[in-house]
Amino acid sequence: MIDVFELLTLLGLAAMTVLTRCFFFILNRELPFPAWAQRGLQYAPIAALAAVVVPEVLVSQGLLINTWLDARLMGAAAGVAYYAYRRGQGQAVLGTIVVGMAVFLPLHIGLGW
Amino acid sequence: MFLDPANFRHPAFRKGMADAFKVAPGIWAWGLMTGVSMVQAGLGTAMSTWMTLLVYGGSAQLAVTPLMAVGTPVWVVLATAFCVNLRFAVFSLHLRGYMMAWPRWQRLTIGYLIADLNYVQFVQNHPQPATDAQGQRAEMAYLCGNCFLTWMGWQVASILGIVLASQVPLAWGLGFAGVLALVGILCSLARSRMRTVSLVISGAAAVAAYALPLRLNILVAIAAAVAMCLLIEKTAGMDKANT
Repeated sequence: MIDVFELLTLLGLAAMTVLTRCFFFILNRELPFPAWAQRGLQYAPIAALAAVVVPEVLVSQGLLINTWLDARLMGAAAGVAYYAYRRGQGQAVLGTIVVGMAVFLPLHIGLGW
Repeated sequence: MFLDPANFRHPAFRKGMADAFKVAPGIWAWGLMTGVSMVQAGLGTAMSTWMTLLVYGGSAQLAVTPLMAVGTPVWVVLATAFCVNLRFAVFSLHLRGYMMAWPRWQRLTIGYLIADLNYVQFVQNHPQPATDAQGQRAEMAYLCGNCFLTWMGWQVASILGIVLASQVPLAWGLGFAGVLALVGILCSLARSRMRTVSLVISGAAAVAAYALPLRLNILVAIAAAVAMCLLIEKTAGMDKANT
């Protein structure tokens, strides 16, 4: 089991999740919101995902990879190729995951890329 | 919330679940590997289980796990989680227009459950906040269904990972399925030229600023991409229809 101190730490961490995820809609107060900021937000979703994904694929041990022989690169490329082939129709995202892993796992576990 | 029939009987609830299902294998594999990582970092089975159930944020959990395993002061642990989660604050700004129609307790409950992909799929499905009660109900029902399926899958997979920690080697890299789920969603978002510009700038900035602590490179990348896109939009005279 865990002690009270550990539980309090975890509750604090849960509070951080709520605080950040709800940051701008916790208060009922009006928020002055300029039009340019509203326009800018439409670029936020794709930017946030790209900021998470691109380093996961292209950075290894803190540095940009300098080889094509990388299982993550090949897996991601295969996933994107499948998505493009399906033109995003049906379960294209699901297929991206499956095809990507089908390329990634053999290269990663088998060849150690 | 989920127990409210107005939400779970609404057709949008099923649409939300169906969308979450498209990326579910990625969420499962990611949750599984997060569970494995926590135990292998020395957090213990009970602590790891409570953490996944309470904290519900993969990147924050992975960031604080090594800190907690060596007894770092609590305020450092909390500050780390806050910084790693800062991208959610950007999402919350975007979601504000949808959320303010609801009472605070409901905003906080659903807000707690909105992870990266839930946010992205939601704004993809509802590009503009509804102005009538019917539309707002559909939005809430979609969010409930979408977040419910993600939450269930994540928790089951994480606890499975915690239990199987000694049997699943991290070296297999199964967590890459989570990255591929994000890649798939990126592809579905990259429908316009300006959005693709945002993707490229943000990706490049995130790699360039990778050395920043606490994953602050993500925040820098979002800021850079949004600022550049607004600038390009203005100078190129592109209208909104083009985005």
